[in-house]
Amino acid sequence: MPIIVAFIAGLLMSAGIAYSQMIDPNKVLGFLTLNANWDPSLILVMAAALAVYSSGYWLVIGKGKPVFAQSFSLPNKKELDKPLIIGALVFGAGWGLVGYCPGPALAAISSGSYGTLAFIAAMAAGWYISLQLTK
Amino acid sequence: MENFTPVEALIGGAMIGLGALILLVFYGRIAGISGIARSALFTRDGRSWRLAFLAGIVAGPILLGAILTDFSYSTPQLSWQVIVAGLLVGAGTGWGSGCTSGHGICGVSRLSPRSVTATVLFMLSGMLVATLLH
Repeated sequence: MPIIVAFIAGLLMSAGIAYSQMIDPNKVLGFLTLNANWDPSLILVMAAALAVYSSGYWLVIGKGKPVFAQSFSLPNKKELDKPLIIGALVFGAGWGLVGYCPGPALAAISSGSYGTLAFIAAMAAGWYISLQLTK
Repeated sequence: MENFTPVEALIGGAMIGLGALILLVFYGRIAGISGIARSALFTRDGRSWRLAFLAGIVAGPILLGAILTDFSYSTPQLSWQVIVAGLLVGAGTGWGSGCTSGHGICGVSRLSPRSVTATVLFMLSGMLVATLLH
């Protein structure tokens, strides 16, 4: 499979994260911190991403199959279970603490910043813990 | 709202949506960055496209820095908060099966009740913690 397409998909996403400044945790904290200097930029990032993705999604879904795969691999779980709710709350707490979610942190890896690298290492440890606990 | 950057936000957001859409159209996959990175680290199957995607994630800001002359961004100082936050973000996105990209963009676009719920919860939780601390 031409994995160059997956590379381009990642490249576009992180270039978007960087161009919108969401790569900068202070920018994200400007949205998450509700005060007189509140910065709503993140809402417009989400809105534009949702507009592009949802129009494409509803155009292609149910019509044929992906270019490189036999079928769409989409989650079909419906129930709101405890791991989902606790996980989202725990993730949000970490996000609000420093202003990093997984995409921007990984996108900033080339900065070589010790803070960014430590965050990524701790995040990988968190992923490992979550896998052990859900086994 | 002196820090509001609507034009960059809209252009950047559209790029994020387009990148995620490419992964859907070509691979039939959800562009959840946490799920892709976690699986690339801890699962053998399907590692090659995931690693290529992650290489793209790393390359994006490098490319942007080469094109734009005034591109820069801040990074956090090494501290115990960074470690704790990383653990919470990793464990939370692992348990909750997704982050801002997988739930917030792909899942909400698909009108998945789980993703809409997760997105509302991590937004509220993030705002609560950030507003109390900063």
